[in-house]
Parts: sequence; structure tokens; C-alpha cells
Amino acid sequence: MTTLMTPMTTLIAMEVAAAPSTLQVVWFCLVAVLFLGYFVLEGFDFGVGMLLPVLARDEKERRVMINTIGPVWDGNEVWVLVAGGAMFAAFPEWYATLFSGFYLPLLLILVGLIVRAVAFEYRSKRDDAQWRRRWDWCIIAGSVLPALLWGVAFGNIVRGVPLDANHTYTGSLLTLLNPFALLAGLVMVGLFLTHGAVFIALKTLGDIRGRARRLAGRVGLATAVALVGLATWHNLALANTALVWMPTGIAAVGLLFGLLANRVGREGWAFVGTALTIFGLVITLFGGLFPDVMPASNNPAHGLTVVNASSTPYTLTIMTWAAAIATPVVLAYQGWTYWIFRKRIGVHHIPDPTPESAVPQGSRT
Amino acid sequence: MDVETLSRWQFGITTVYHFFFVPITIGMSMLVAVLQTLWVRTGKERYLKLTKFYGKLFLINFALGVATGIVQEFQFGMNWSEYSRFVGDIFGAPLALEGLLAFFLESTFLGLWIFGWDRIPRKLHLMSIWLAAIGTWLSAAFILAANSWMQNPVGFTVDVERGRAELTDFVAVLTNPVLLVTFPHQILACLMTAGALVAAIAGWHMWRLARAERDTTADPTEEIATHRWALRFGAGVMAVAGLGVIISGDLQGKVMYEVQPMKMAAAEALYESESPAAFSLFTVGTLDGSEEIFSVKATHILSFLATGTLDGEVVGINPLNQEYREIYHAQLAEIYGPEVVDQMPAFNPNIAVTYWSFRLMMGLGIVCLLIGMATVWFTRRGKLPPTSRLWLPMMVAFPLAPLLANSFGWIFTEMGRQPWLVFGLMPTFTGVSPGTSMADIIISLSVFTVIYGVLGVIEVRLLLKYIRAGLPDVSAQEPSTTDSEDEPLSFAY
Repeated sequence: MTTLMTPMTTLIAMEVAAAPSTLQVVWFCLVAVLFLGYFVLEGFDFGVGMLLPVLARDEKERRVMINTIGPVWDGNEVWVLVAGGAMFAAFPEWYATLFSGFYLPLLLILVGLIVRAVAFEYRSKRDDAQWRRRWDWCIIAGSVLPALLWGVAFGNIVRGVPLDANHTYTGSLLTLLNPFALLAGLVMVGLFLTHGAVFIALKTLGDIRGRARRLAGRVGLATAVALVGLATWHNLALANTALVWMPTGIAAVGLLFGLLANRVGREGWAFVGTALTIFGLVITLFGGLFPDVMPASNNPAHGLTVVNASSTPYTLTIMTWAAAIATPVVLAYQGWTYWIFRKRIGVHHIPDPTPESAVPQGSRT
Repeated sequence: MDVETLSRWQFGITTVYHFFFVPITIGMSMLVAVLQTLWVRTGKERYLKLTKFYGKLFLINFALGVATGIVQEFQFGMNWSEYSRFVGDIFGAPLALEGLLAFFLESTFLGLWIFGWDRIPRKLHLMSIWLAAIGTWLSAAFILAANSWMQNPVGFTVDVERGRAELTDFVAVLTNPVLLVTFPHQILACLMTAGALVAAIAGWHMWRLARAERDTTADPTEEIATHRWALRFGAGVMAVAGLGVIISGDLQGKVMYEVQPMKMAAAEALYESESPAAFSLFTVGTLDGSEEIFSVKATHILSFLATGTLDGEVVGINPLNQEYREIYHAQLAEIYGPEVVDQMPAFNPNIAVTYWSFRLMMGLGIVCLLIGMATVWFTRRGKLPPTSRLWLPMMVAFPLAPLLANSFGWIFTEMGRQPWLVFGLMPTFTGVSPGTSMADIIISLSVFTVIYGVLGVIEVRLLLKYIRAGLPDVSAQEPSTTDSEDEPLSFAY
């Protein structure tokens, strides 16, 4: 049933170990693109969720906010599942080291995503203020936790963590909570807040639109400072090359452009600006990381690179074909649903609670 | 308790829980698509009411299915990192493809369906529920491809140097004989579950309306007729799918005996080979096989289940253990080092668990077929089901039987594979994450159990609330021809 490797293939494997193959580079880029798609799309979902207690003045406005992302949040979330799946398929060692090493932060991300997903669907299923308030907290926590912790996770990936010779993480939870990673987490939160506020300004009518714009301006400025700090720290300390300074420039210009556009009320361009900022940041981090995928802070020899973490050329080839055929189709239909739900909504669009959601008199919970 | 045991418990708990929602999602998306197709083709209000009513229940269920599904993909890396390293070259691909080809389709078009009522053209809206349903099927196909590979690894070689399995033939993985029989078995089991749910809810409403009719003057004729149709529809699906489940399950048994004879032997607690082999309906005694106090046996049946002939030999656990030691000890030593051999003295799973889960799965499956057929029969030619009090517990039992049959089926499949993680290739204990501490797993296991418990209670209450509310009023929901800017949304969160 099992045939053991012949010396011939061992030879090829050693040859490959010298430099990254084209397929390995392609899949590193694809994993980066999938996380980029995730952060750009789910980024504004998280922003909307975090801003729920800040921007909305009443129940109808809260529902306006939630319904701006109602039809699309689930599709946006799939990006992280595909990113994780692609990591597993293309770089199993990376997936194994990252997911087992960052165990507790990932657990918290999972908890956040679980309660948030259920909250969107269940929140309006009972016409009861307390019920809604509880689900609101699930949405808020379920947006803050993943936003912050994905930032912390990526901060640690690019910074490097202690690994043993088998690439198993040997640090503790506290190892992950270093200043650089925490700053990365804060930048993610700030960026998603800005991105989400701009998205709400872009998708709503009425008072909330103006409030969202003003908030985007204020949060955006604070974020810009933190972002420049993080990028400078990262580029100087970890990856001082043109490959990272260029996307960093794009991120900075994108945010500046977005905030200016937001100021003059061009919300569509403002959204392009904040999306470009996330693009620039993600490319800065992945650009600085390459060809490593999980550097070891204790001993460079223990680290994972696109070469020693990757699957076989055969698997990568199959996956490349599948991605090449399916990705354009996915982008087309996902883009098309955004087009269908392109209209702005305001409080007058929010229907009254459905008759089924009514709470029978005398019943409490 | 050690890290391996707790990791297995966590995987088991989260997976069995997740799989309460999966069969309903897969089956119900299809049934709702059928109902909506009937409405679009006939224009009858009855089908629209049923589409919206069951559609809502489907979504309440779907939310929890999605939420608990994310955990599944993360867990391989979090708790089974050595497994992920060893099999990632093969196992990762179906998972990635599931996301790319199935989850995007499912989530995007379900979003379109939920929010698209009266907003997009009718046919496009109908297409979106069908695409979401197809997404659930694709998802099942890929995840079953991954699981079938664990039951019967094909299309790979082992690179001992790197300590991993490598894919050599992806087509072999997608045409794994285990996959080819498991896929129809699972899809039909999902349809059976969804049919049972539809029938149970409709049956309960009929029972309620029939009893209320005796007290009021209101005329619920059309409502009863609608529920009666749904009852017969659900029961019909249950009966037809139930028959398919049994036939495909029989095929599956024969493939299983071919590739995992130990699982079949364990399912019967058959220690020594028999020819012809009998199937015991139940056994009272010590299940380690040393003593049998009382059992009811059906002669020749196990031979038929395993080999398709009445007198075929079914190999027992003891000779299989002997044979496996000869084959696998040398292989294990080569891949994992000689010390692993000492930890694999025997190759049989937990006999009590496999013996009973096998019987519960089969028994409940047959019960489903029988209640489906009986319900279709008792409601023939305009007949109504009885209004006696017995009807109510029946309706509760209706959907629980197929749900539990699904659970026991998977408990049998997965526990029957033990002590292997990948049959014949990777022992379960070698797959655990080495860096994960007891504290980590105790925290995560507690967190998942508490959250899943609370969400389960909320979901069941919400389902009951929406079941009680009954068929929605759809008269006011004529699609607006003018695309008005200021009208409220037809649906909003």
C-alpha cells in the first residue's frame, strides 16, 4: 500500500530546498491575497459591529447598521475559512505550527466568530429589548476580539516566535502579548473602525451617515499615527527593503486620501482609501515575511519558510488549477451580490418587528 | 486523563454537536428549494407559505451550523498539529476546495436568498436557494472525501525522511470507494432527517388544529389542508430517502468489510471468525466477549451484511489483530520509530461503543423508514391522522430518530476506525499537538461546552417559538412592481 520514496525524488526534494519554487511563491501570494480579502471585507463588518454602541442612537439605527452588512457578512467570513484551508493545503507545517501555537488567541477568535454569527441571525427573532441588548454585546465582543487578535497573531508571525526543531511553538500566551504584536492588534482595530465607519457613511441615509463620517475622521487620524508607528517599527527592525517600504507608502497615502475624501463627503473614494490602507498594510507584513512563513525568534534554523513548510509540487499544481478556475467565478458572483445590495438604507427602510417575533404576554425570557 | 484523551473528547463533542445542524441544513435547503420551485411554477399561495415557514426554521438552524463549523476547520491545526503536518499534503486540499467551491456558494447565495425576497426577480431568487443547496452538497462531497481518506487512504506515498504522507493521485482520493458509497448514504440521511422534521411540524399543527376545531367555530380547513400536504410530503421524503439510506448503507457495509474488516468484526463483537456469521440483535453479557449471558441472533445476516452472500466468512477480531500485528508493526516502526510499536499492542476499537452505535444507527434508520411509510399510508385518500394524545409524543420522536441515527452512524464510523487516525497509517496518539498543555484543552473544552450548551437551549426555544407561530400570512406580500426607494425592506435583520 505504501511505497517509500526513491532516491531520485529525494534528490529533487533537496534541489527544491535551495530556493522557493514558482508554485511556492504563487501559493504564498495566494494566502496573502486571501487574508487581504478577508481583512478588507470582514474588516468593515468588524468595524460596523464595534461601532454598534457608538454610532447608533436607537434601535432602528442599530438595525440600519446591522442591515448594511446583513446580506454579505457571511460571504465575507468565508474568506478566512478559505485562507485557513489554503494554508493547510499549501503549507501544512505553517498551518500546524500557527494554529497549535496560538491556541488561546485562536480560541477567543472562534468564540467571537461563533457568538457574532448567531447574533446577526437571532437578534431580531424576538421582539424584546433585553434579548436584543444581549445579542448586541455578542456582536460587539465578536467584532472586537477577532479584529484585535488577528492583529496580534500577524504581529507575532512577522516578528517571529520561539520554535523547537520540529517547528512546535515553545512560548506561552505571554510571549504573544509583546508590545509589537499588541500595537499590531491596536492598528487592526483602529483600521477596521475607520473602514467600518466609512462603510456606514457609504451605505446609510440620514443622521447616522454624518455621524459616521465625523467619527471616521477622528478615529482615522489616531489610526494613522499608530499605523505609521507600526510600519516604521516593522520595516526598520524586521524587513528594511524596498519590497516593504513601497506598500507601506501605499498604506499611508491610501489612509490620507481616504480621510480627505471622507472630509469632503466623497464616501465611495474614502472607502477605496481605507481598503487601500488595509491592502498596503497586509502587503507590507507579507512582503517583509517572505520567504519565511513562521520565523523562529530563538534559532533561525527552526523557522518555517515557503520551502520547508510547503506541500508537494503535485498538490500545489492541483490546487493552482482549482484556484485559477474557481476564483474568478467566486469574485464575479460575490461582486454581483454587492451590486444587488448597493442601495443606501435609512431608518425608514427598517420594517416593524415581524408578528412571529412577538413575545407572548406574561412570558419572560 | 491526558492531552490525547481530552483532545479526542473535544473533537468528538464539537463534531457531534455540529452534526446536529448539518443534516438539517443539507436536507432542508433542498426541501425548501423544492417548495419554492412548486410555488414559482404553480403560483399557489400554499407553497409560498410553506417555503417561508420552513425557510425560517432552516435559517435558525443554519446560523448555528455555520457558527460551529468554523471550529472544525481550526481544530485540526489547534489540537492535531502532528496530524496536520503528516497528512496536510493530502487532507488540506479537500478542505481548501470545500471553502473555495462550496462555502462561498452557500453563504453568498443564501445571503441573496434571505434578503432578496421581492428585491430580485423571482426566478433569480429561486436560483439562489438552489445554488445554496448545491453548495451544501459540494461541501458534503469534499469533507467526505477527506474523511474517506482517513478510513481508506489511497493515492499517496510516505516520505519517511520528511515524516509525512504525500499525494500522488488526486483522482484516486476523489473516487475512493468509501467516498462513493458514503456520499449517497449521507445525503439521503440528510434528506430523511429534513423530511422527518417537516412531517413532524406539519403533523403537530394538524393535531393542534384538529383539537382546536372542536372548540371554536373558526374554519381552519385550508390551513389543515396545507399542513396535511406538508405532512405527506415530509413523510414521503422520509420513506423514499429512508429506503435509499438502507440500500446505500448495505453497500457501504460491504466496502467497509473490504477495507476495514476490523470495524465490521467490532460492530458484531465477533472475536473469532465465523462462516456463516450471525447478526445479534442485542447481547446481554460482558462485552469484552469473554461471556455471553443472553442474545438474540439472526443467522446468516452478518455474512450477508459483510460479504453479500449468506455463507461468506466474516473474520473475527482475534485473527485480525494477529494479522495486523504482522503487517503494521514493521511499518509503524519505520515511520514513527520502534517505540510506537509498544503503544499499539492491539488494533481493535472499543467494542461496546462500536457494537451499540452500529445497532442504534441501523435500528433508528429502519424506524425512520417505517414511520415514513406508515404516515403516508395513514393519511392516504384525504384521511387525517388521529387526534389522540399519542400523536404528540410521536411527532417529537419523528425528527429525533433520524438525527440520532446520523449521530450514531458517525460515532460508529469514527470510533470504529480507532486506534487509527488514518487507517493503517497513523495511530491516533501520534497526531496530537505536542505543545498543547492540559490547561489549554481544559479551558477550550469548557468554553466550547458552555457556549454550545447555551446556544443549543436558545436555538431549540427559538425553533419552538417559530414552529408554534405557524404558517405566515403572505397575502400582503405581493412583490412591488415599482422599485420604490422609500418602502421598507421586505426582510431585515
